[in-house]
Amino acid sequence: MQDRLKELQAEALEKVATAADLKELNDVRVSYLGKKGPITEVLKGMGKLSAEERPKMGALANEVRDAISGQIEVKQKELEEAAVQKQLASEQIDVTLPGRPVRTGSHHPLTSIIEEIEDLFIGMGYTVEEGPEVEKDYYNFEALNLPKGHPARDMQDSFYITEETLMRTHTSPVQARTMEKHQGKGPVRIICPGKVYRRDNDDATHSHQFMQIEGLVVDENVRMSDLKGTLEVFAKKMFGEDREIRLRPSFFPFTEPSVEMDISCKICGGSGCSVCKGTGWIEILGAGMVHPNVLEMAGYDSKKYTGFAFGMGPERIAMLKYGVDDIRHFYTNDVRFLKQFSVEE
Amino acid sequence: MLVSYKWLQEYIDLEGVSAEELAEKITKSGIEVEGVEKLNEGLKGVVVGHVLECEKHPNAEKLNKTLVDLGNGEQVQIICGAPNVGKGQKVAVATVGAVLPGNFKIKKAKLRGEESHGMICSLQELGIEGKLAPKEYAEGIYNFTPDTEIGQDALEALNRDDEILELGLTPNRADAMSMLGVAYEVGAILGKDIKLPNPQPETSTELASDYINVTVEAKEDNPLYVAKVIKNVKVGPSPVWLQTRLMAAGIRPHNNVVDITNFILLEYGQPLHAFDYDKLGSKEILVRRAKDGEVIETLDDVKRTLTPDHLVITNGTEPVALAGVMGGANSEVGSDTTTVLLESAYFTGGVIRKASKDHGLRSEASSRYEKGVDPARVRPAAERAAELMIELAGGEVLGGEAEADALDVKPAVVSTTLGKINKVLGTDLEMNQVEDIFARLKFETAVDNDTITVTVPTRRGDITIEEDLIEEVGRLYGYDNLPTTLPVGESTPGHLSDYQKKRRVVRRYMEGAGLYQAVTYSLTSAEKATQYALDKREPVQLAMPMSEDRSLLRLSIVPQLLEVLKYNIARQTESFAAYETGAVFLKNSNEDLPEEREHLAAAITGLWESHPWQGEKKPVDFFVLKGIVEGLFAKLGLESQLDFAKAELDGLHPGRTAEILLNGNVIGFIGQVHPTQQKSLDLKETYVFELSLKALLEAETAPLQYTAIPRFPSISRDIALVVEKATAAGDLETIITEAGGSLLKEVNVFDLYEGEKMEEGKKSLAFSLKYFDPEKTLTDEDIAKAHNKVLAALEEKAGAVLRG
Ligand SMILES: [Zn+2]
Repeated sequence: MQDRLKELQAEALEKVATAADLKELNDVRVSYLGKKGPITEVLKGMGKLSAEERPKMGALANEVRDAISGQIEVKQKELEEAAVQKQLASEQIDVTLPGRPVRTGSHHPLTSIIEEIEDLFIGMGYTVEEGPEVEKDYYNFEALNLPKGHPARDMQDSFYITEETLMRTHTSPVQARTMEKHQGKGPVRIICPGKVYRRDNDDATHSHQFMQIEGLVVDENVRMSDLKGTLEVFAKKMFGEDREIRLRPSFFPFTEPSVEMDISCKICGGSGCSVCKGTGWIEILGAGMVHPNVLEMAGYDSKKYTGFAFGMGPERIAMLKYGVDDIRHFYTNDVRFLKQFSVEE
Repeated sequence: MLVSYKWLQEYIDLEGVSAEELAEKITKSGIEVEGVEKLNEGLKGVVVGHVLECEKHPNAEKLNKTLVDLGNGEQVQIICGAPNVGKGQKVAVATVGAVLPGNFKIKKAKLRGEESHGMICSLQELGIEGKLAPKEYAEGIYNFTPDTEIGQDALEALNRDDEILELGLTPNRADAMSMLGVAYEVGAILGKDIKLPNPQPETSTELASDYINVTVEAKEDNPLYVAKVIKNVKVGPSPVWLQTRLMAAGIRPHNNVVDITNFILLEYGQPLHAFDYDKLGSKEILVRRAKDGEVIETLDDVKRTLTPDHLVITNGTEPVALAGVMGGANSEVGSDTTTVLLESAYFTGGVIRKASKDHGLRSEASSRYEKGVDPARVRPAAERAAELMIELAGGEVLGGEAEADALDVKPAVVSTTLGKINKVLGTDLEMNQVEDIFARLKFETAVDNDTITVTVPTRRGDITIEEDLIEEVGRLYGYDNLPTTLPVGESTPGHLSDYQKKRRVVRRYMEGAGLYQAVTYSLTSAEKATQYALDKREPVQLAMPMSEDRSLLRLSIVPQLLEVLKYNIARQTESFAAYETGAVFLKNSNEDLPEEREHLAAAITGLWESHPWQGEKKPVDFFVLKGIVEGLFAKLGLESQLDFAKAELDGLHPGRTAEILLNGNVIGFIGQVHPTQQKSLDLKETYVFELSLKALLEAETAPLQYTAIPRFPSISRDIALVVEKATAAGDLETIITEAGGSLLKEVNVFDLYEGEKMEEGKKSLAFSLKYFDPEKTLTDEDIAKAHNKVLAALEEKAGAVLRG
């Protein structure tokens, strides 16, 4: 009986070793270790053994079973590993083929510029105010120290709708409206982006519709040096820390003193090139101290309150920043143009 | 304003300050210098020569053979093609080795067998614009006046050894529209004194007032009119220096009399007009508003019909000049003029601007009057002109002047305080620094403690309030010298409004969904203004549009986006998806401003998904765009408030269009562009939606609140229903949701079958229902109870039966 068990063990281990796949291995398991298998058969003859020999034989049978099942386990792992390897070997791809395209859209470049400016000023305590694109003559001109018949109205020929309403020519009426809402009290710190309209023929540098973004600060002790400091922060964040700024006198009916801000030309570093027309400076925006008439008309005591305002064109900034050469690109919405601005900066 | 650097030195010492440096200083402290032009850039080797002989070229009809004395003892033969060359002329000769503009080098040449040692030049060849050259030399070579010395540098003789500063003047700086004004400005910047002309013309015993009587009816338009009479003038060309001064400033020389008036206009900023006294036909000047329909023929030979908006100078009956704009042809100074009536007047800006605008006539004179001239210069300018009339035209100036004077202009007296100046500028100036600045400006000041009172000369009419004084201090102190500070005081929290924040969310979402943001025009054509309008109102119209295409304000964005699609598809773009956020304009009948409503619109065409090398191509369809709308509502927490209702709308496919509802209110539409419309735009299947972004962003949403992650499993039941083909899935979903009770948490369509296995007129829709109880694991009985109600309701309300 003992010999028979040993024989069976050797036989089974031989079959385990030669099993070619998991199915064959399972057949071995069933045929040797199953309830109807030869080991069970052998053990049925245990009744003929003495009480002394019975436990010994039982132990031996268990040993044989363990040896076989142990080997099966080892073999199974081997076969499984081989199966995995085989599958992996058959699953090769060409990793250099292009991936599935993910659809992406993007911000219009003007929106990127406007949001960047908004965020910059929000960080300095400003809120964003908006207003109507069709405006009353009063807010667009009169409240800004441009009474009817004022020569500077010529500077911005406008689209009138009725005698008293027009397409706003700048976003300054939002300033007038906001100041009026504050009822003569400070502080006001706002930034006003939006579309504006002027009677211009569309060409490379003119557009009858364009964007503007303006800022306004009104409080009891606002100084021109604050304007200078604020614009310097803006210019450096927007155009680079190495940019220098300069203010030069200018004229706007709604500010006094009025200035224009130039930044040093990035392209030539100040020595003069075609972009800066040889001056080394590039004009960026107009600004000034809010004219007392504007303050008074909005209900502020100009003896007590002062303010500064500035305004710029996102198109111009985008053109300078990205080197765009024709303002019409912003309104044609050619995908070959828009696509170039999908990179987050 | 074009400022000659050389001419400016007649009024101020510019030793040690180059034109470039001066330009930089002027720009930084007052007026933007837009450019500095070197007049002799790229030019050399041109001398004044004397044409000793001139005969026809033996072999060429149109050429002349000349012998020219170059003044250095050299006489050379030059072949010249100019029709006006002649013996005895003093001319500009580009000698062998000379360089002309465009790097044109003069070499010894042989023309039709005759040697030529140089070139006799026209003004154009020396870099002067043809329209500035005196008429008689515009088509040929220039002749110097006979007294010109030969052998000298012709460029110097023509004052081309000069640099021109181009000032970009803002409307407030009318004072700098004259050489004297610029001299004052430069004097203030450099802190130097200036030399002013001091005209003292000798006068005859006859009096101007015996020749002419001046009456002004329109005193408001013309507070001061001064007329001088100059007899025995000899009209002829001006001396070269005067011609070149004018040309450098952009004015064409005519004759000595006219040139003198233009020279004074440039020097004093005071426009003058010279009438031929004998052609006036009366001894009277009457200034009045024109009669309605009155006609004047101006110097440019145009007959102009006038209205009472315009001011005219008349001889008592007939207009002889359109005041301040242009003289009349009937009294023009010509070669036969012997007596000149010289007008120096102060006209107010408004009436001149009106005439200039109405007649499309902008002259050197009108542009100065429009911006305001200095009334204090009316008389000195006339004196200075009279002096030059004697000197350059041999005239005899009559004594005194005929005038009408109702002028009441006094220098402005403006006060401010040192405290205010420092408060506004953010500076720490001392009173003596402020006083020094006004002294440089040649303004009189009086200081009393902290207060400074400034008497502002009339030439600076732009200074009327203390802020104007502060600006003068600031700019001359130098904005570079201002400290750099940031606003102090009560701090304010910077933020976007909820609306603005959400709008950014919408934009990011749309872009993440694969759409490009477009920005289009608000102004559009009559046809497009109302197309796809959600709200069918009459559009807002411009009073005076520039073109039909941009004459009304849009009521919808979709037509603009379709144009964008058309543009891109026509340029080899297969697929394109774009969106826009922007205002549409709704006319209000009772208010003057239209309502501006912010809309969101999108348009997509072509392929939605494609996988190039796997051959997958999925074109856009209704449900692609609908999914985007649903996702948007979900992003904003509004999905439960969103509904779609089948609709038929103009311009959209009648079977593939729906209204978008928020809380039961229509706020937009979605659909396929009508095939006819698609065809006219050369577009393939295209889908659009537009909705009121305002309604969307202002909708109330429940505050975000955490709900516990379920501890018990949910159980799904799938049902396949057979229904009439016309039955909407959405309606079935509503029936299921209503009947399912609180345990039914989710309903999803997962199959639609309309194939041939179905009975005619029927379709099969399959739904997956998810039941869930947060408190316990559901039993089969719990579910059966709810589920049976659902099935019963479906059968009862929609005739839906389970598919066998
Ligand atoms: Zn540069």
